[in-house]
This record gives sequence, C-alpha cells and structure tokens, in this order.
Amino acid sequence: MIKLLVDNWSEFISGFGWTVLSSIVALFFSLIIGSLFAILEVMPSKVARVIGNVYVEIFRNIPLLVITMFFYLVIPLYVVKINGFTAGTIGLTIYTSAFIAETVRSGINSVDVGQMEASRAQGMTFWQAMRYIVLPQAFKLVIPPLGNQFINLVKNSSVLAFVAGFDLMYQGNAIASTSFQTVNTYIIVGLFYLVITLPISYYMQHLERKLA
Amino acid sequence: MKRFKYVTLLITSLLLVLTLAGCGSKPLSSQNVLENDKQSNTITWGVKADQKLIGLIDVKDGQEKGFEIDLAKAITKKVLGKNGKAKFVTVTSQSRIPLLKNGNIDAIIATMSILPDRKKVIDFSDSYFSAGQSILVKKGSSIKSVKDLNGKTVTSAVGSNSVDNIHKIAPKARVLQLPDFAQALTALKSGQGEAMTTDNVILAGLAVENPGYKLVGGTFTTEPYGIGINKGQGDFKKAINKGLKEVIKDGTYNKLIMKWFGNVPGFNYKEVLRK
Repeated sequence: MIKLLVDNWSEFISGFGWTVLSSIVALFFSLIIGSLFAILEVMPSKVARVIGNVYVEIFRNIPLLVITMFFYLVIPLYVVKINGFTAGTIGLTIYTSAFIAETVRSGINSVDVGQMEASRAQGMTFWQAMRYIVLPQAFKLVIPPLGNQFINLVKNSSVLAFVAGFDLMYQGNAIASTSFQTVNTYIIVGLFYLVITLPISYYMQHLERKLA
Repeated sequence: MKRFKYVTLLITSLLLVLTLAGCGSKPLSSQNVLENDKQSNTITWGVKADQKLIGLIDVKDGQEKGFEIDLAKAITKKVLGKNGKAKFVTVTSQSRIPLLKNGNIDAIIATMSILPDRKKVIDFSDSYFSAGQSILVKKGSSIKSVKDLNGKTVTSAVGSNSVDNIHKIAPKARVLQLPDFAQALTALKSGQGEAMTTDNVILAGLAVENPGYKLVGGTFTTEPYGIGINKGQGDFKKAINKGLKEVIKDGTYNKLIMKWFGNVPGFNYKEVLRK
C-alpha cells in the first residue's frame, strides 16, 4: 500500500489539490447563496418567499449528479463551454446551497420573533435587524448542522470524477484501474478525504464550544 | 480526555479497515471454477451491456446481444455440452477485473486486450479477436490521424488501456477519462473534447448508431482481445481454449464475424476472420 501511494504520489496529490480547491470554492459560494435564499424565505414579501422556496425545493430534491451532468453536457451545447471541474463545482455549489438555505432558515426561525419585532420597533430596517440582531444569533444555533453540510460538501465533491474533473476520486479510479489494486487504492483515497473532513469536524466543534 | 477518545476510535476503525482489506484475497483461488460450473451446468460470463455489435442489452426484450455474447454461448456449449447454459453479468471496463477476482463472474469476455500489466493480475485465454485502437471524430473535423491529437482534448473511458497509448503516441493530447464509453461519446458530442479514442470495434458500433461521426486514421495499435480468467484456474483455462479452438475450426467463428461486422461501413472484416 505504501508503494502504491509512493508510485502514484503526484496523481494523488494533484487529485487532492483539485478536491480541496473545489470544496473551498463551493463552500464559500454555497454559504453566501444559501444564506441569501434563507433570508428570502423568511422575508415579509410573499414573492420573495416563493422564489426562495422554489429554489430550495428544486435543487434540494434533484440528485447532485443530475445537476452536475446538466452543467457538463447540456450547457456547453447551447450556452457556453465549461469544463468538468467547473461544471462539478457549480453543481456542488448549487446543490449544497439549497441545504444550507434550509439549515440557516431553521436557525433564523428559532430566534425568538420578539428579537426582530423589538429591532424594528427601534427603527431598524428589516435588513439591519437581520444583519445585526437575528443572523448572529441564528448562525450560532446552526453551527453543528452547518458543519454537517460542509463535511457532506467535501464528500460530495467526488461527483467531479463523473465529469472528468481530475479530483481525488477521478485519480483514484484511474489508479485503481491501471494498478488493479482496487482495495488499497480506495483505502488511500478514503484516508485523503479524512485529511480534509476531520479538521473541518474538529474546527466546527471548537467553534461550537467557543461561541455557544 | 474527549479528544483522546476520538483518536482511539479513529485508530481502531482504521485497523479494522486494514484487517478486512487483508483477508479479502484468499478464499476464491482455492475453489475450482470448472468443477463448480460443471455441477451447475452454467458458466457466468462478464459482458459489456452498452456496446453495439459487441455486447448490448436490447431494451425491448432485456436480452444481451452481440458478437461476444454469441461467442460466449458457442464456447459454453463446447465446454459444458449441448445443454450448457451461459449466464451473463454486466460489467464495465472498470468493474470487470474486481468482479472476476471476487468470484461474481467466472470469465470476462468484454473487449479486454491481453496486456502484460493485466497478466500479472489475471490469466488470459488465447486471443479471440484481433482488435486495435482508433479515433472517432465529428464528420468534417480537422483531425485526420492520431498525430493530429497533440494539443487537442480526447475523451475515453476510465480503466481502458487506450489512455496509456494516447499518452505514448500523442504526448501533448489532454485525455478526459469518463465512467463509460456512452458518456465519453456524450462528452464528445457536447464539445468537451475534439475526438474519442478506444478500440476500433467499439468505435464502429458507435459510428453505426451516430451518423454524424466517423472513424479516421485506421488502427494504430494491435491489441488482441482475450478471455479473462482468474489466476490458478488452469483446468478452466484449458477448457476455454479448447472450446475456442473448436468454435474457430467448425466455422462458427467466421459466421459470427460476418453476422456482426459484415455490414459496418469502413470496417474491414476480412482482417479479423480466422482460419
């Protein structure tokens, strides 16, 4: 197993790099997009609530692979050429953002309504109240489920393998099929994923203890 | 203290995984595949399910159809007698060797070239088809031969040796490995690559189904296909080789070639006939 790792070190590392990059980009954008749609879902305006709901329900209920394949195969035919890595990362971002939206919304909902009402009574606008009063409390509450979403995101990034996104799983498939050491290859791939997900796990625990 | 607990848990689970991985390789090799098959009167073949002319599941009746399927049936009859049954299990380029190793299938007849690297892991029968690698492009493409692939993007399937060949012959080509040939073709169609590469027979099947695409440049490798058999199954390998020889000798083989490849435009079936 050590020999397999050493022989294919550069492939494993480049796959690891692309997985980390894809995860970071998708994590950043899905957190922003997800939070925006979460706010849309709790806005007083009915139109905004409907838009938020439709987005979340569509992308939460379609398999990630389908969304990704759509960006990899359909969009290049009609709109613009995007490569596998980009298609995979976009799919990952959209898919995860729907889950993050639901997570953040549940956090906002669990902050007492009185908080929002009091802020509004003080003359704050809806956005000011959200920004300074409700969201900080909401995020504290949803740190554990958010951590779950981040970890899922990293693991889901293996969808890139299906669209030739050169990630860890893609390299794993390629190495397994040329070395024929299927079991060992996937154990190594699994360990590499742990290298990314365990620190996230620990950091979220740390954050939870620090803030809550 | 809590942290210590987690570390212990992690180490224990890793050890468990490693132990499980270690004990997976033994039990199958001690069984005799030929004996088992004679007892059940069935040979289980790993076949392709997505390749026209070779091995394709017909959506209308759910039956596997193709050259390799017919050949497998013919060989089964020679090995087990007139009433011998051939059972088919769908495999992909990626899953076929693991499935053979863990005993899900007895033999692989799935467009697999006889390669030194593969010989280290499994045994091969005598060659049953003289294949070679070629390129499929959109009609009107500027790519005329494998040399033109430098600087271009080529799609192929993961687990096939085509990728290594391209790296050797056209080192500057970028290769995208997709899960199977159908997806490699879809990726080519949606412009993710300028050409697709794999064995000529597979491309021939795709060209028949997709009128806008054609083979160019002929074959640039010789990669005879062989039937994959587990290591340590000498009896079974002998029986398969004997069956294959008989199928070629009595003319069944050439009939099958004519049946499946007689009418493919641009494919010279005379090259693959056996005497």
